[in-house]
Amino acid sequence: MQFSLSSSPHNRVRRDTGQVMRMVCYACIPGVIAQTYFFGWGTIIQIALAMFTAVVTESAILELRKKNVSRGIRDYSAILTALLLGICLPPLAPWWLVVIGTFFSIAIVKQLYGGLGFNMFNPAMIGYVVLLISFPIAMSAWIPVQSMAQSPYDFIDALSTIFTGYSQSGYSLAQLQLGIDGITQATPLDAVRTGLLSGLTYSETLNANIFSSDWGWSYGWSPVALAYLLGGLFLLGNKVINWHMPISTLAGVVFTAGFLNILSPDQTGSITFHLMSGAVLFGAFFIVTDPVSGSTTDKGRVIFGLMIGFLTVIIRTYGGYPDAIAFAVVIMNIAVPLIDYYTQPRTYGHKS
Amino acid sequence: MSRVANEFKELTWQGLWQNNPALVQLLGLCPLLAVTTSAVNGFGLGLATLLVLMGSNITVSVVRNFVPNEIRIPIFVMVIASFVTVVQLLMNAFTYELYLALGIFIPLIVTNCAIIGRAEAYASKHPVKESAYDGFIMGVGFAIVLVVLGAMREILGSGYLFSGMDLLLGDWASVMTIQIFEPEQPFLLAILPPGAFLGMGLIIALKNILDPKMAQWFAPKITKNVERARVTTETNTREQS
Repeated sequence: MQFSLSSSPHNRVRRDTGQVMRMVCYACIPGVIAQTYFFGWGTIIQIALAMFTAVVTESAILELRKKNVSRGIRDYSAILTALLLGICLPPLAPWWLVVIGTFFSIAIVKQLYGGLGFNMFNPAMIGYVVLLISFPIAMSAWIPVQSMAQSPYDFIDALSTIFTGYSQSGYSLAQLQLGIDGITQATPLDAVRTGLLSGLTYSETLNANIFSSDWGWSYGWSPVALAYLLGGLFLLGNKVINWHMPISTLAGVVFTAGFLNILSPDQTGSITFHLMSGAVLFGAFFIVTDPVSGSTTDKGRVIFGLMIGFLTVIIRTYGGYPDAIAFAVVIMNIAVPLIDYYTQPRTYGHKS
Repeated sequence: MSRVANEFKELTWQGLWQNNPALVQLLGLCPLLAVTTSAVNGFGLGLATLLVLMGSNITVSVVRNFVPNEIRIPIFVMVIASFVTVVQLLMNAFTYELYLALGIFIPLIVTNCAIIGRAEAYASKHPVKESAYDGFIMGVGFAIVLVVLGAMREILGSGYLFSGMDLLLGDWASVMTIQIFEPEQPFLLAILPPGAFLGMGLIIALKNILDPKMAQWFAPKITKNVERARVTTETNTREQS
């Protein structure tokens, strides 16, 4: 019989990978419901398509690699990757977009590096970046909040648009993108970015009708972000994720946005605007906290999160894309080995 | 006679597969990754490199007994540079549009490590005939990878294959263009630089998969047997078990 010695903590929550992954999936539910309420059925269909592709790809590759397929599927990591990617995609994007993205995430980013636990990069985010770089037009075709749309769509319309490009009632994707005033509606990040680039001040850009108040809350988008915050707090409360990464990411965003605001007030987005629009709240709790591709030491996690927040605001303000969580996460994934190297915790009992 | 034939067989095996300059030695990656946005670009640059490689190998082999060992590298570089100039002027004269498409990467053939590598490693130590053949077969090995990678990126990126072949081969070659499929939107990643790295990685992976089979079928049988004592443990066996 083997007498095994293990280091503390000895009394810990016994969750296997599948349980953890499932809990993250459940935590996404409020956000997905909010997204469906504001943007229609498209998101649900995208998620379903992504999950189907992910399971098929994962089992095919595990079969090729002669691994245990059912165990690989039952750890729910592929399902979670698909869910996160599906949430990020424009609701009515064509079906091949999500299929290509999910295939890339699972096959190239995860399995080619050796499967779960060996991937250097966050699979969902690389899938998203690949799609964003490859198909910029399709990836920027966000549809307006449904109560402000000229022609809202239902479930059948969504299915038909995703698979054929036209809704049941004959509208094309470009027509479904029109707001109630007959103009293609920009996302809040896009509206502010375009406004600032064309010489408006930040408070003038908030006159766009997507913003329902004058301190950076946008109709539809901010409630979705808050719903993901709710899910994130559920994960924190159940100790599925540690506080280090999400809190430091948000801190990075707050510090950087605040500093830029002091430097050039009214030329850059406010702190609340940066927190409440785009993927910051979703990313801080669901993307940055990926245990595989993130830093593994507590100090490292704080640095990792701070840098992601910093890079997100910097790219949003000065870069070529309106949102930047995916780019920031991927860039910092590369830096993880370096961060881990310099933040090794001191061994217990080690004399200084 | 059979020794010479064996030498050529070995060179072919080394150049095309076992020691392929692009896939195994990973030399000349800069033009390899930058130029291969289409099959015709890859083919053009592969051809240019092939000519330079043959010319420099022959010249270096001819003068190998007169070159002082201490200054051989500058001399090799000058030989290579003059051949690159010749090829550049030829392409400027006869395939002008391809010349424009390849741009800076034609003069940059000078810096292609595969060429000076062959001059140093092979041509400076072997007779002319073998050196010429070595340059030829290494160039072919390099060109094949360029064309395969270019074709891969072209198909994924635009749905076409061999478009613009008439730039290189004359007007009749415009019929070679094949449309594999019609993409709704082009897959830009394949055309952009990351696509080159990904494609290259996939081709190398494919080569590693095929390695045992190819060795079984095509590898020349090694005649001389060198006995050597193994002083390190075999690390691979443990990983496989």
